[in-house]
Amino acid sequence: MAKNRKGSEKKVDITKIVLIALSVLFVFLMLVMPLISVIVNSLREGFKFYFQSLGTSYVLSALGVTVIATVIAVIVNTFFGLVASWAITKFSFKGKQVLATLIDIPFSISPVVAGLSYVMTFGRLGWARPLINAINNTFGTDIQIVFAIPGVVLATIFVTFPFVSRELIPVLNVEGTDEEEAAALMGAKGFTIFRKITFPHIKWALVYGVILCTARALGEFGAVNALSKTRGETFTLPLEIDALYLAGSADSIVSSFAVSSLLVIIAIVVLIIRNIFEHNAKKE
Amino acid sequence: MAKSRVKKYRGGHVIPGFGLTLGITIAMLSLLILIPLASVLGNAFRQSPAAFFKTITQPNVIHSFETSILCSFIAAVINCVFGLILAWVLVKYEFPGKRILDGLIELPFCLPTAVAGITLSKMYSTTGELGGPLSKLGIKVSYTHIGLTIALVFIGIPFVVRAIQPVLEKMDKQYEEAAYILGASKTKTFFKVILSEIKPAMLTGFGLAFARGIGEYGSVIYISGNSEKERTQVVSYVIMQKLNYLDYESATAIALVLLIISFLLLFFINVVQIRQSRRTNNV
Repeated sequence: MAKNRKGSEKKVDITKIVLIALSVLFVFLMLVMPLISVIVNSLREGFKFYFQSLGTSYVLSALGVTVIATVIAVIVNTFFGLVASWAITKFSFKGKQVLATLIDIPFSISPVVAGLSYVMTFGRLGWARPLINAINNTFGTDIQIVFAIPGVVLATIFVTFPFVSRELIPVLNVEGTDEEEAAALMGAKGFTIFRKITFPHIKWALVYGVILCTARALGEFGAVNALSKTRGETFTLPLEIDALYLAGSADSIVSSFAVSSLLVIIAIVVLIIRNIFEHNAKKE
Repeated sequence: MAKSRVKKYRGGHVIPGFGLTLGITIAMLSLLILIPLASVLGNAFRQSPAAFFKTITQPNVIHSFETSILCSFIAAVINCVFGLILAWVLVKYEFPGKRILDGLIELPFCLPTAVAGITLSKMYSTTGELGGPLSKLGIKVSYTHIGLTIALVFIGIPFVVRAIQPVLEKMDKQYEEAAYILGASKTKTFFKVILSEIKPAMLTGFGLAFARGIGEYGSVIYISGNSEKERTQVVSYVIMQKLNYLDYESATAIALVLLIISFLLLFFINVVQIRQSRRTNNV
């Protein structure tokens, strides 16, 4: 900043003001307006209607399915994230870059293709269907994957798969392996090394990864849409929002915004937590 | 993975747990991601090449690819411009409300795509908060390519900002100062020195936003209108449509093409990133 003062102080200030104004305008129009719009639309018919919309059996069932899918997806992906980031950052081996890239696949492929891939594995034409049938016949169970809760869970796991590992890998890369190596040479066992040395470093990144994973799992739409067709049974909240919106009547659209507002509130809470964590991490 | 043995005597594996963690990683990755994706490939390849090409050359399929690629490309370009401005402002300037602005960038990552989709669609419809005034100016946004592009800008902006921001933060001030002292104007310094430094990061952000845009579903299907005649169907929508008609052959054929595009982009992003890390390590 000091060098700016030398010459054209006024001109520099104008650039600064214009750029900040542009940024604020962009963020307001593109990101803040939609948030306001959801809340305004959801309250269009008053508070009574708002709470009524949230209490229908469809919405409550969707909430239940969403919570189940999210909890399982977060547990699976957190476990995976911890294990994968340990393997990738603490050792050097051939094909490491390829492995890291493969883990990131769910980020760059269409969620619809993710859903389709499970349909093609477990569905009518899927090669794993005879396998599931054999299990069902042998054990007398009735496991269904496609168009049932397990399919919804799998789709949710797929799309949020790299979220935790993505937060952990950069932090562990920066930290290096010296401390763990020292501990190992002094005779510490694997889990002790993780608990005493690695964990304190990745605490914040882990919490943030889990939160982000949760937020994405709650809101997944495309992949789940391919695997879930029964409203009131296997629908998640985003699918219920879709069904209400597409029903098309003025009331049902307001209802769909009411349900949306729940997810918006969660998104805002996630953003605030992230902001606080990032602040804390920087301070440390 | 037997190769890991050979490396052992280089002293790389003092830390325990290599076999276990790598094994679990590869097993979970294969079971949950790779094998299901492979079954899409398997089903697509089971068709005769003629049938495959007939499916993917149907007019509505070709149009959907054109729409997805073109709109995502334009959106990614717009995001590069605003992403650079936003990253610049967030790194270089201090002003009140900066932390809130910084936090809001991440919103599209946290907001469910379906919620973003219905909200944008409503906002930009002729009766909406922004669509109303715009329609008076003769600009129709919802149910057109413009609306589709706006939704993709919304989805893609955090990718570009978050790619550029760390590079700007780390960038050595010396270059800037040297260029300035040597007599380059502010504008020239920016375009010749700073822009060339952040170009790889910008390309990464561009690639990520572009890749995300091409496969995007939830946030675009409401605002696009999905009209075959107006050519506003996106690829994901067409796949879902085929899936709903139980036309698995077509769905997998189109998905295969989409997957190939995604992998090419992923490859491109990786090449850029590897080059970038080599460059920064050498300097």
